[in-house]
Amino acid sequence: MRDASPAKTYALHIGVIALLFALNFVLPDYHQGLFARIMALAVFAMGYNLLFGYVGLLSLGHAMFFSAGLYGAGLTVYHLGWGVPEAFIAGVACGALLALIVGLLALRTAGVAFMIVTMMFAQVFYLLILYFATWTGGDQGLVIQQASRVFSIGGTSFDLTDPTVRYMSALALFAIVLLVTLAVVRSRFGRVLVAIRENEERTKMLGYDTVANKLAAVVASGAICAASGAAYALLFGYVGSNFASIQYSILPLLWVLLGGAAATLGPLIGTLFMYYVTDITSGFTSAYLLIVGVALILLVLFAPKGIMGSIRERWLRWLT
Amino acid sequence: MMPLLTTKGLSRNFGGLRAVDGVDFALMPGEIRAIIGPNGAGKTTFVSLLSGRIRPSSGIVVFDGADITTMPAYQRVRLGVAYTFQITSVFANLTAFDNVALPVQRTLTDGRSKGQVRSGVMAALERTGLADRAGTLAGQLSYGHQRLLEVAMGLALKPRLLILDEPTQGLADSEIDNFITLVREIARDATVLLIEHNMPVVMQLADRITVFNFGRILAEGTPEQIRANAEVQGAYLGATHD
Repeated sequence: MRDASPAKTYALHIGVIALLFALNFVLPDYHQGLFARIMALAVFAMGYNLLFGYVGLLSLGHAMFFSAGLYGAGLTVYHLGWGVPEAFIAGVACGALLALIVGLLALRTAGVAFMIVTMMFAQVFYLLILYFATWTGGDQGLVIQQASRVFSIGGTSFDLTDPTVRYMSALALFAIVLLVTLAVVRSRFGRVLVAIRENEERTKMLGYDTVANKLAAVVASGAICAASGAAYALLFGYVGSNFASIQYSILPLLWVLLGGAAATLGPLIGTLFMYYVTDITSGFTSAYLLIVGVALILLVLFAPKGIMGSIRERWLRWLT
Repeated sequence: MMPLLTTKGLSRNFGGLRAVDGVDFALMPGEIRAIIGPNGAGKTTFVSLLSGRIRPSSGIVVFDGADITTMPAYQRVRLGVAYTFQITSVFANLTAFDNVALPVQRTLTDGRSKGQVRSGVMAALERTGLADRAGTLAGQLSYGHQRLLEVAMGLALKPRLLILDEPTQGLADSEIDNFITLVREIARDATVLLIEHNMPVVMQLADRITVFNFGRILAEGTPEQIRANAEVQGAYLGATHD
């Protein structure tokens, strides 16, 4: 029920943001760096969740939106010498534009065909990056120098290679996207997206142009994933074709499933969980992927709705 | 008076089967019209052509003076043609409130109604007697309440023409009485077209009745005329005069 407790829901989300803020001051260096990475990638997962969790569209090509942001920001800095804010905006714009084009074509299909079409588009994008190696650096990628990652706003200078600045920048992006997605899914538009997921035919008969709504969702999802990619390039100073590979289309799906689809905090929890299970297990065995696999199977068996999905079902019914 | 809705030569083939076959039909504003006929007579196909869920093979549909034959279903809804499903298709995983909020916010966006989503939703739920179940998931409502929720969603669209496809199917007798009262109330500001098998409901509600058989209109008239029509009795009841 929508009006049950918006205050509680917002309080929880702001509490999570505050906790992440506080962690900056207590985490050891290594984990501070890891958390910055997780927050940047959780934005990718949130973008994916908007489309997969709320609209029910399973894409296997979201690596192209992430890498559109990655290269949109990275190449403008590297080749054109653009500043950090301009490059970030360029990255998001590239992702949104690509999502509009891909959405117009791919939304003519549904279900399995949609999965395959999005995957094919992503493969084309991946191969284009390799083909234009002169500019993209091919599979070697490009390193963005420290000097290009310093910017100033209102006279204050920020150096994205500084761990705290990097952490806070990742947190700022994460917080904005989290609150925006929360507002979107609670809005009238969000209600229509869920209705499309539940029964598209019925939604049409209530007067909704479902194709236009799905296209809007694809563009929003693409833009958020591109924001994640753009931030990743600028924060960590590396742009590479492996981020456009099929692996990076499957990862956000995995993070969202683990954390809980159609739960706004699910993507963060899923990304965090996957990163730390991998990190901890790889510390004491080279067969860590085996353990990751077992953990995934157990989770699917005992918590098919993901971590946040199960918590919501059992304890936090008021949560959106 | 100009009819609210007319069809001319409306036909729809499924392969070799002519499910709807050259139907000329007119509906006056404000009336309650029932469509009856044996199973497979083309009733649901006919109203699906009106609502835009399927496209005609030939013929035209005119609503309020405008040709809407090629208009997509969602645009017809915005013009005021609402359709409630024969098989209950409420959003089972959403609350009753959210189910009705969808049509309410649609009319607000279109400028066909004013005010808050919340008040519009509660008004529609109160009219159908579901106000105290606003927070219940639609899938957990009893069957009768789900049918009423369908009607509430149709109502919330502020339709000028409300098409009800077998609305009393599966309802208990006590629920049917309430339903008749509800339809009469709806008909005060909308035209109602209903497909119905329950003859007592049809006879009580309808101003006029259209009888379908083999995709064509077999007869049309007041309930008394239809009751007295021997051809209808033959087709519908398979009755021979004894």
